Amino acid sequence: MNYTSNLEKVLKTKGFAVTAEIGPPKGCDAEKIKAKADFLINCADAFNITDNQTGVVRLSSIGGSVILLDMGLEPIMQMACRDRNRIALQSDVLGACAVGVRNILFVTGDHQCFGNHPNARGVFDLDSIQLIKVVKDMRDHGVFQSGDEIKFGRPNVFIGGAANPFADPLSFRVDRLEKKIFAGVDFIQTQSVFNLERFNCWMDEVRSRGLDKKVFILAGVTPLKSLKMCERMKFHVPGVDIPNVIYNRMKNTSDPKKEGFDISLELIKEIKKIKGVSGVHITALFWENIIPSLVSKAGLL
Amino acid sequence: MIVTKQKDLESIICLIQKDPVFIVGCSQCATLCKTGGEDEIKKMVSILKVKNINVTGWVLLDPACHLLNDKRILKSYKDKIKKAKKVLVLACGNGVQTVAEIIDNAEVIPGLDTLFLGEIKSVKEFEKRCNLCGECIQYLFDGLCPISRCPKNMLNGPCGGSKNGKCEVSKDLDCIWEIIINKLDKKKKLFLLKRIVEPKDWSKSLVMKR
Repeated sequence: MNYTSNLEKVLKTKGFAVTAEIGPPKGCDAEKIKAKADFLINCADAFNITDNQTGVVRLSSIGGSVILLDMGLEPIMQMACRDRNRIALQSDVLGACAVGVRNILFVTGDHQCFGNHPNARGVFDLDSIQLIKVVKDMRDHGVFQSGDEIKFGRPNVFIGGAANPFADPLSFRVDRLEKKIFAGVDFIQTQSVFNLERFNCWMDEVRSRGLDKKVFILAGVTPLKSLKMCERMKFHVPGVDIPNVIYNRMKNTSDPKKEGFDISLELIKEIKKIKGVSGVHITALFWENIIPSLVSKAGLL
Repeated sequence: MIVTKQKDLESIICLIQKDPVFIVGCSQCATLCKTGGEDEIKKMVSILKVKNINVTGWVLLDPACHLLNDKRILKSYKDKIKKAKKVLVLACGNGVQTVAEIIDNAEVIPGLDTLFLGEIKSVKEFEKRCNLCGECIQYLFDGLCPISRCPKNMLNGPCGGSKNGKCEVSKDLDCIWEIIINKLDKKKKLFLLKRIVEPKDWSKSLVMKR
């Protein structure tokens, strides 16, 4: 069997994968990425390189992905619709594929008003679902969005997408996942799970529609580093759902780092039991060096 | 003025699907550009009748984008609207939504495409003049707007693609930069264009309420 990427191979043969996120630096210093990657080298099957997340200009995801490839690591290159139109998006898919990127995850992207260039014009020519369909057609049918033929190499990529089981309106969350699957997504990474009850409700509906058989779902895990971070995520980051139980644990502890770490361990333990979940996606914001002990203690290595 | 163009008849009929329909027009922009005034409504009524579509009634709103006015006027057409399954709005995109905000029994469908905010050049000729970008910078260009009139939104001079004063994108379009330059040249003020115009603040175009 030929696999597009190592991630696809792990998901299809082992049934459970670990991915981790590496945020590129605000500058062109490749060492910053290399240092983070060095630390995580045996901790995950593939590594997300984010694309100017929250609208803050950083080293590009295509550049970051090449740095990982040079180190022998497998990137999941992220692409957001915010900054490029369909011409640039399709071109960058071809370029990334040509330099060896095999997983690309497509998101619509945070609005530019949240970033460090709030006066920028947002592009949003396509949304994430449309882009997933465009890339699926490029890969499987050898055509660009316009219908024009791809003459010299179809992009053979494992197509990723995001899902948020916690966002409003709740009644549409699984429908939206279904649309992404219909558009052609191969794997999904979810918003960070803190509210297990809500996540389980979402997964129940996912399973009842048989969607877990059509797509690999990796549940997001974010270790909370401090009370401040917990509060920022609970009260200010759109789409994040941190229940009061977890908030209170972070509030009442004398050792927030340990408490945050323990919460993540417990969440991973519970997530592993959920039928239809094919892995975890660890996003340790500004705390990447906690990942090795987290995956080791959680028995994910 | 908001300039509109009627959708092609086939797609309007396709949206109506033989259902009984009530027609709404607008006394202002759509009347001026002859897409949704009384004449156009009456014309639409007779076209639909020929197609065996039951028109339950029609009204000219004054103007369609005025929520409170619309509520008051539409109240007196309640019975005729009740008989309809579709409400065809011959007004701009705003008119469609204001009407849809009021009507809850029937499906509201647009009969026009909204093209631009523009100038009436002659009875049947309209040209785009504004993109509603939220921050007017025409003081930099002697009262002319490259944001709405240059397909590349160039702010520091012409791109080099125009020929004989016509834009590379369309021979029907005058290169706004040629117009700006000629105007300032005549006034001996061309030096005003030497200053680098800084990147535009597009966040101003995101204002949703006032």
